[in-house]
Amino acid sequence: MPQIDLLLASLPDGILLGFVYGLAAMGLALIWGVMNVINLSHGPIITLGMFGTFFLFTRADTNPYLGLIPIAALGLLLGILIYIVAVHRVINAPHLSSLLATFSVNMIIIGLGTALLTTSPYNVDFTLPAIKIGSTTLLGTRLVAALVSILFTGGLYLFLYRARPGKYIRAVANNRAAAELMGIDSTRILALSFGLGTMLAAVSGALIATFFPFNILSGGGYELKSFVISVLGGLGNPIGALFGGLILGTLEGIIPAFLETSWVPVIEFSLFVMILLIRPSGLFGAKS
Amino acid sequence: MSASSSQPASAPLSPKRSDVQTGVLGTWRNPGIWLILLAIVVVGVWPVVTQRAATREVIFTVLLSVVLASSLNIILGYTGYVSFGHIVFFGLGGYVGMYLLSAQQASLWVAIPVGGLAAALLAFLLGKAILRLRGAYFALATIGVNEAMRTFINNFEPFGGPTGISLNLKIYQEYGGAAQALWLTYYLLVVFALGAIILSFMVKTSKFGLGLVAIREDEDAAEVMGVITPNAKTWAYVLSAILPGMVGVLFYFKNGNVEPGDAFRLHFSIELLVMVMLGGFGTVLGPVIGAAGYQRLRGFLLTSPLFKDIQLAVAGVLLLVIILFIPAGAVGWLRNRFPVLRRVLP
Amino acid sequence: MILQVQGVSKRFGGLQALSNVSFDLPEGQILGLIGPNGAGKTTLFNVINGVYPPNAGRVIFRQDDITNLKPYYVARKGLARTHQIVRPLNELTVRENVMVGACFGQQAVSLREATHIADEVLEYVGLADRADQPAGSLNVAQKKRLEMARALASRPYLLLLDEVLAGLNTSEITAMLDTIRQIRTRGITIIMIEHVMHAIMNVSDRIIVLDYGEQIAEGSPQEISQNEKVIEAYLGDPKLAERLMEQNNGDTGDS
Repeated sequence: MPQIDLLLASLPDGILLGFVYGLAAMGLALIWGVMNVINLSHGPIITLGMFGTFFLFTRADTNPYLGLIPIAALGLLLGILIYIVAVHRVINAPHLSSLLATFSVNMIIIGLGTALLTTSPYNVDFTLPAIKIGSTTLLGTRLVAALVSILFTGGLYLFLYRARPGKYIRAVANNRAAAELMGIDSTRILALSFGLGTMLAAVSGALIATFFPFNILSGGGYELKSFVISVLGGLGNPIGALFGGLILGTLEGIIPAFLETSWVPVIEFSLFVMILLIRPSGLFGAKS
Repeated sequence: MSASSSQPASAPLSPKRSDVQTGVLGTWRNPGIWLILLAIVVVGVWPVVTQRAATREVIFTVLLSVVLASSLNIILGYTGYVSFGHIVFFGLGGYVGMYLLSAQQASLWVAIPVGGLAAALLAFLLGKAILRLRGAYFALATIGVNEAMRTFINNFEPFGGPTGISLNLKIYQEYGGAAQALWLTYYLLVVFALGAIILSFMVKTSKFGLGLVAIREDEDAAEVMGVITPNAKTWAYVLSAILPGMVGVLFYFKNGNVEPGDAFRLHFSIELLVMVMLGGFGTVLGPVIGAAGYQRLRGFLLTSPLFKDIQLAVAGVLLLVIILFIPAGAVGWLRNRFPVLRRVLP
Repeated sequence: MILQVQGVSKRFGGLQALSNVSFDLPEGQILGLIGPNGAGKTTLFNVINGVYPPNAGRVIFRQDDITNLKPYYVARKGLARTHQIVRPLNELTVRENVMVGACFGQQAVSLREATHIADEVLEYVGLADRADQPAGSLNVAQKKRLEMARALASRPYLLLLDEVLAGLNTSEITAMLDTIRQIRTRGITIIMIEHVMHAIMNVSDRIIVLDYGEQIAEGSPQEISQNEKVIEAYLGDPKLAERLMEQNNGDTGDS
């Protein structure tokens, strides 16, 4: 049956992509969970990660996976900077303020990016050998990216549950006032959390660059996917985000076997709205 | 005078003084509203007087933004529900109108109201569903709806799929030729701009409007006091959708062509938000000033060689500065600083 | 009977907030509702005015079953309430706050009418000189009066007051109690939740005591202050128990 063939072709790919989507969404979910802020600059930061890989690869001959290290570091610093400049002042104001504040950062990055890099597509000419299992081809880049995503997820988990700063983050996420009373500098922790969130976004962008060509506006699409995933997995729940990513990736893998590919976004967004209506705390429950 | 209010320093959904004007000043005897209407008439008539198409185009863009921003203000500024995807009404109305114009050979006079009706219907249905959500969830849902609509229409054959709908140029002959048609759409837009202001003022000075701002300030308390919140919110949403739907038809008729990527551009939606915030939301004058100011700024940036490429970045910086330092917007700030102006600036 | 509460129970997940609460309320009475913290008093108010539907039981208001009605419909039937933690509409003026009550309450008047009613009610509660100030700028006592003014402006038949005396000093309490008595003479029935023991013992015609969601006593203030179960319930709160005992030793009717 042609369906099964299509399925076998696109499903594994979708699942592997799902890991990377999950990683991206985790960045959004972490920031939401810790400080109740929806980072609307998430998309452009993913794009910056993509460009990071591009420039490191083409100008400095750096292997994209090694390049993840400086990109992660820069992503972290950028996040801290964004927090201090744009978010900190409105952290306690109604949601609209932080939404617009992060969106203005989005506009700034896109605006500057378009001026410097134009909207032409860029491509990272990087491939890894593929693995063939039966009639399914698993691209090397996908496999490594999925692996990296799992590593980062594990790393994040360990950090949040074993490392001291990570525990502080969880304390602040749980009850900021109480955490402050116990002597935790919430400003530093919030800045760190924001930075971690943007770091994950940048890294996911860096990985996606090894899959597809991109331009300055590509991040937007992944930002929307991150929303969908975060809502699926529970806004504020990083582990849920990973599972949400897998669900989305699976969907993207399955749908083309039955419908035109162009229906995929329609289904994604409808799902998004429906989940918001039925269970805004997501399928796995939001972190409070 | 007792101690200062307990509001956080930057709380944009809190214009500092009352918006609902009562007594004589809440009626048509308020000079402020007439001044605004007069300003629109003057600005609107200017290109007619000078008969210059270039000026007309600039004013067209400004007035279009005035209509859209004022409409958004009804659900955002008065009711406090942040609609990030408001452009969906403009796009849908435009699409329905264009469909009628091209596939059904309808006249513009039919297409425009039907476009508005389609947008209103969408708002009504949506309202029932998503107005239950609060705060950021509602904002995200509006984004989701806009994107779902865009991607859906992208696949929808009767609306032309990804290539959209194009008007056969002969259609302009029915309206006296292309040049005449352009002027016609312009006149209609001026009328709509006046209508948007009047609607905004009427809502603000009505019992319905009082209910809306009560919802904005504290929805649960409003319910306990008897405001039937689901109905009020839905009507606010519907009212905020009609005019964008109608001017959507106008805009795309003039444009000759509508495509899904164009009609549902999320960034435009956000720019509307910026306009409302810039001018000062919850007021009638705010969106007008915001729209005019933002378009002026945008025009300046686009034509200046220095800023041309980074227009979006400059807008972003502007928005950030407003959010961080003057959340009440221009009109809000004026009303705080000079309380006497409060009586005149509705 | 203006209000009949019949077998009302409410649970939140694992917590049984109210168990089988029943009472009748004759028109024109001031009913006091007391009990230790967490006893379910505010929850009872929330069930009565429609914020939560009960899991069991009925609420009948002026012969109308309002059990599952939403708060806005309940308000329109002439039942108003104030909140334990005041909820002013901060950026509206004091007058506008009260106008909301008038416009959407039992009488649903026009804006113009509402302005007149608002001014009248503000005069009555003593906030007339602050009518044009933003509600957020008032102090706590004034905000409490504003809550009351808002409720009164809707011309209710029944008024639910939730800890309207909390945070007030002695003279403010006396003034507020006077106002409450005056409200009753206007024909409005009142249920009051209170912790300020001497005040509520003073002003109530009848008292109901809740503890862990159950009705443990009902009767006149005199009877209640001598009721063993009540004293025991309050022993968890020694200060209140002490005050109860003071009542018992005969200085009711004072102040």
